Amino acid sequence: METPERKRLRDVGRHGRGGLLPRRGHRFYASGVFKKCDQCDNEATVHEVSLRHGVKIEKHLCEGCAASQGIAATPSAPINELIKHYVLSHGITPMPATGKANVCPRCHTGFNEFRQHGLLGCPDCYRVFEAQLGPLIERAHDGGVKHMGKSPRRMLGHSTRQAGELAGPPTPESGEARRIVDLEERAERLRRIRKKLASAVAAEKYEEAARLRDELKKMSEQGAPPPKT
Amino acid sequence: MSSPYYDPKKPMPAFDTTTEWLRGEGECADVVLSSRVRLARNLAGAPFAAKSSRSDRLTTLDQCRSQVLRAGLAERIIWVDLHETGPLDRSLLVERHLISKQHSKGRAGNAGPAADDPRGVAISVPDERLAIMVNEEDHLRIQGIRTGLALAAAWRDVDQIDDKLEQGLDYAFSPRFGYLTACPTNVGTGLRMSVMLHLPGLRLTGDIEKVKRAAEGMNLAVRGFYGEGSDAVGDLYQLSNQTTLGKTEAAILQDLEAKIIPRVVEYERESRRDLMNKRRTVLEDQAWRAWGLLTTARLLTTEECMQGLSLLRLGVVLGIIDKVPQKLVNQMMLIAQPAHLQRVVGKDLDQEQRRLARAMIVRARLEAKPL
Repeated sequence: METPERKRLRDVGRHGRGGLLPRRGHRFYASGVFKKCDQCDNEATVHEVSLRHGVKIEKHLCEGCAASQGIAATPSAPINELIKHYVLSHGITPMPATGKANVCPRCHTGFNEFRQHGLLGCPDCYRVFEAQLGPLIERAHDGGVKHMGKSPRRMLGHSTRQAGELAGPPTPESGEARRIVDLEERAERLRRIRKKLASAVAAEKYEEAARLRDELKKMSEQGAPPPKT
Repeated sequence: MSSPYYDPKKPMPAFDTTTEWLRGEGECADVVLSSRVRLARNLAGAPFAAKSSRSDRLTTLDQCRSQVLRAGLAERIIWVDLHETGPLDRSLLVERHLISKQHSKGRAGNAGPAADDPRGVAISVPDERLAIMVNEEDHLRIQGIRTGLALAAAWRDVDQIDDKLEQGLDYAFSPRFGYLTACPTNVGTGLRMSVMLHLPGLRLTGDIEKVKRAAEGMNLAVRGFYGEGSDAVGDLYQLSNQTTLGKTEAAILQDLEAKIIPRVVEYERESRRDLMNKRRTVLEDQAWRAWGLLTTARLLTTEECMQGLSLLRLGVVLGIIDKVPQKLVNQMMLIAQPAHLQRVVGKDLDQEQRRLARAMIVRARLEAKPL
């Protein structure tokens, strides 16, 4: 049997489903005329156009009659399914269902906001969104997943290791894990001073602000390694 | 010692033709105008610039400025508070590739760019080899620039500056992702290396699109004279690495300086040789027409002028025209820009006046006559 070239137009804007296409503007509704089902008096919501021996055959059916003819056997996929499918096929990691993980607790940047503007809010965002960012970063860097370049000498415990030596995940034995904790503690202390400084400025306590500013400076200098010769 | 602070009430220091990238010397100077290296760095414990409150930005600015000015980065450094600087001076710095367009405008927030957004730049003078932007997209953008193909030297400069700044600043860093940047496309090394190439030969032979596609295929970004989103006026292109994570700085350098750029340079030279051998008269005609236009026109648009200078530069490099040195042609490419014209003339000019001034200045300089 000759297989007809079949082009199915399904009006997904059917009752109670919420649709992908607006009903108005659809070719069958362009004039706003109610289209009756070919088989009964209900409104036709499924439209099929097929070509057989070069002759165009149109069918206009209500959902029930279409189902009985096997035309509308598969219900239209809900839009979120389509998006999920698209996202997965394009390798974009979907966000976890919980709302909380999508916002950085430190700077309140949402992952959606990042997707819109392409900018993260603070260094902590990298940790908070690590699962979502990982694949994005890998693609942007042509498969690069791990930093191989130079590191702050603070991180290297005042040694003068050269770029590229830092490889592999940190192990407690190497002392690197401890240094990472040190780095994070330092960041936390700096954050606290900065916060106090901002409130001091807002409250016009300039003497205190000056003291905090010096404290910030001193702290950054204290941890500094000796200059490279 | 004089104060490093630039006083916004006084005119900008007499920047003229001292800038490094206009020297027209160094490796492959016939094709490569300049090599540029920049590092993106952010402070630990602070939100990135776009998410910072004004007070946070002032604190960051203060912290970075004080470290930049006392770290002994260069013999002479000037500091410009951009939020207190007028639009013309800011444009001047953009035209000299010392700050980005975005940095000139201020933070692009919800309410649009704000000129009073606290931000600044440190510049080494008179060579302008070094420029450090504070509070751009990242807290620190350290830039080193050298004449000709000299990415290794520019990288050495920037690497040392980075080490010196780290003496008094805590950088945001993660062992997995490296130096953390506001945009994940810069994360890792935070390193962008780019070269400014003059490719008129490839345009004339019609191979420029092929080279652009090949470069993009090798994960390089191809941009115009003024970076992202700008046109390739005067046949000038910037080629830069796109990936910053997963490779060492040395590997990124090696890829560009030893492999990719020499190939593009050779391709351009080949097309020039080809033109000289097969279409010499056409090439001579083009170069001399450009000379004629630049030395006789009474009104010149930026585009017309840059196109003329491009062909003139080609003529000079190939020995067709020996009336002016290559360096002067490079300098004219900068002087022809709107803010520089206004600076040379010493007052604000509208578009029509700029065309007139451009033609006068170019004519006078090419014929070595006083204005």
